[in-house]
Amino acid sequence: MSILSDPRWGEALTHLSDYLGNHVRLSVAALALGLAVSLPLAIAARKAPLFRNVLLALASIVQTVPGLALLALFYPLLLALASVTLRWFGFGFSAFGFLPAMLALALYSMLPVLRNTITGLDGVDVDLVQAAQAVGMTERQSLFAVELPLALPVIMAGIRTAAVWVIGTATLSTPIGQTSLGNYIFAGLQTQNWVFVLFGCIAAAVLALAVDQLLALIEGGLKVRSRLRAALGGFGIAALVAATLVPMLARSPASYIVGAKTFAEQYVLSALIAQRLRAAGLSASSREGLGSNVIFDALAANDIDLYVDYSGTLWANQFHRTDILPREKLLSELKAILAKQDITLFGELGFENAYALVMPKKRAEALGIRSIADLASRAPTLSIAGDYEFFSRPEWAALQKAYGLTFRAQRIMQPDFMYAAVASGEVDAIAGYTSDGLIAKYDLLVLDDPKRAIPPYDAILLLAPKRANDEALRAALKPLLGRIDIADMREANLRANGNDAAASPDAVARWLWEKIGKN
Amino acid sequence: MTTPLIAYAHVGKTFDDGRVVAVDNVSLEVSEGEFLAIVGGSGSGKTTLLRLANRLLDATTGRIAVEGQDVRDVDQVALRRRIGYVFQSGGLFPHLSVADNIGITPKLLGWTDADISARIDELLELVRLDRSAHRDRLPTELSGGQRQRVGVARALAAKPRIVLMDEPFGALDPLTRDGLAEDFRALHTRLGLTTVMITHDMTEALLLADRVAVMRAGKLLSVGTAAELARSSDAYVGELLRTPRRQAERLNALLPRGGAA
Repeated sequence: MSILSDPRWGEALTHLSDYLGNHVRLSVAALALGLAVSLPLAIAARKAPLFRNVLLALASIVQTVPGLALLALFYPLLLALASVTLRWFGFGFSAFGFLPAMLALALYSMLPVLRNTITGLDGVDVDLVQAAQAVGMTERQSLFAVELPLALPVIMAGIRTAAVWVIGTATLSTPIGQTSLGNYIFAGLQTQNWVFVLFGCIAAAVLALAVDQLLALIEGGLKVRSRLRAALGGFGIAALVAATLVPMLARSPASYIVGAKTFAEQYVLSALIAQRLRAAGLSASSREGLGSNVIFDALAANDIDLYVDYSGTLWANQFHRTDILPREKLLSELKAILAKQDITLFGELGFENAYALVMPKKRAEALGIRSIADLASRAPTLSIAGDYEFFSRPEWAALQKAYGLTFRAQRIMQPDFMYAAVASGEVDAIAGYTSDGLIAKYDLLVLDDPKRAIPPYDAILLLAPKRANDEALRAALKPLLGRIDIADMREANLRANGNDAAASPDAVARWLWEKIGKN
Repeated sequence: MTTPLIAYAHVGKTFDDGRVVAVDNVSLEVSEGEFLAIVGGSGSGKTTLLRLANRLLDATTGRIAVEGQDVRDVDQVALRRRIGYVFQSGGLFPHLSVADNIGITPKLLGWTDADISARIDELLELVRLDRSAHRDRLPTELSGGQRQRVGVARALAAKPRIVLMDEPFGALDPLTRDGLAEDFRALHTRLGLTTVMITHDMTEALLLADRVAVMRAGKLLSVGTAAELARSSDAYVGELLRTPRRQAERLNALLPRGGAA
């Protein structure tokens, strides 16, 4: 099948008006805010060398922060701010999605605008500034009638740069809950749907190029003082924004928002939950690709309505507990802790997605390894790979402590590539996930944990405070509790990693529902 | 003699906290209707002296009165709006049309659009530029001489009594320069202006001005009519006069009267 006739292009297209619309609105708002702040600052800084150096240095520092980190930082910052305003002024605001994304991107857009505005104003012929004074202009009149118009082509060039940066960086706002063209890229990366990744990249690039060209038209028009060209460019931008506003006005927002973290299993489960809610006559949509530090806070703040988390993750990461309890005890204690924040632990789905040390079956047999204790004696000559967070998680510390584990080498890998790496012998062992479909695919062995160093990771359904007593929601979710066993989840995950139309989270969720419906 | 329209009394101007003395204790009076030229080399302080009059610069010491009023007591923006100023290279705003450049000061003063428009047409005629051909052009589309004519028109727009000119004809070719200089001198007389013009060219100064002031190193060396300057004992003034004298003698010899000119 040729890549162009892949049905996933069609599926990608159905999301385009939503993702593109959000992306354009976010970018335009961020750019407008960035300009509203940068232009007055640049003008104020023009005659104060110290202020101007500090300003440019700060803007440069912001540029050196990776876009993803900048966006991620704004979330806790706003969350803290929202709780302060709630305490002091009696109102809070949503620190999720649009607001942090817009603020971070606005900050990101400032450097080129500041620099070009200052450079542009500096570049205005001194004689002309004197002429403006001599004909009787006040400083303000000189600024608006002479200096700014003359510096405008240079300023526009800065705005162009800022626009392209913002549109490109906006794709990174997906993990903090803002829908954007990045949704294609994050979803595609997690479910190995390269058509989505490609589609997202192309859409973002086309948008950036289109906006850049429209701004270039304005810039060119200003340079040769052609009002027609400048107006044409301005009209193009306005039309683009208007086009993305129309679908937003026409659509009524879904009443239930199902969150999903950034991996395939979460995409499948959120699709499954949304399907069950819709089947029960409730309107629902998925908010996918949320960072695992963001999603819990979003639930607590009622920004999303429900999602699936894992008991051990909350235990260790959210509540910083280092003690490890038996499964049932941990769940009941967790339930009590969550209740204090008005979050409902509605129940377990039936499977565990725990960290586990994994090796190829054959190699483990050859080395005589069955458990982590066996591995420990061999570890100094072996290498291990884990995902981005594993080696900084308490589980790893607990494992090291319990078994005295030290490996020859530790490597960090993208989870999807980890399994292939261990199967091919690139690394000797990996810190995998028990529900991962690739364990069966590559014929890998999950090593026993006789000392119970790794806490249990039951998949649990969490409900937002405002949904605590929502009977319709509870009734719709009930059929899912305790019904998904590890074998089914592994197979679902394996399917989601496939590279065809049947691998879309929606399709896999439908398959999973049929499967558990028969159990 | 009538009350001077511009009067400098013991005026000094220093830059960089007194390290650079640009104008050093200058006293000078310009009468109503007079055309005064200030001559000096680069760094003589002549441009600084000119700019003190409309407060593009403020004097460090001494007192300057314009139309009898101490300039420090007058709002500087209002002062500049009633004094015309012509820059060496025109100083026209490149993003504005000829008409908009000329109409700036009247617009700042709040004239009606109709009055401004009528004034622009009147001024284009006054500086002998074709109205339909030049009105909506941008300065970059004009020749150097045309630009300077627009610069003069702009300076005259709000009907000032005083016009300050900073080497207005310096950057032009000799033919254009002569034509423009004579046209301006005629305007000066016709409109009853009081003009202070800066130049480094003694010949131009002697030919156009009623009186010539000579500056060197911030000091006013001498001021007077051509005949009065000729009697000056100052060596530098004598040196400056030597060039026009020699030119006149050579030209007299080369161009016999009654020739075919």
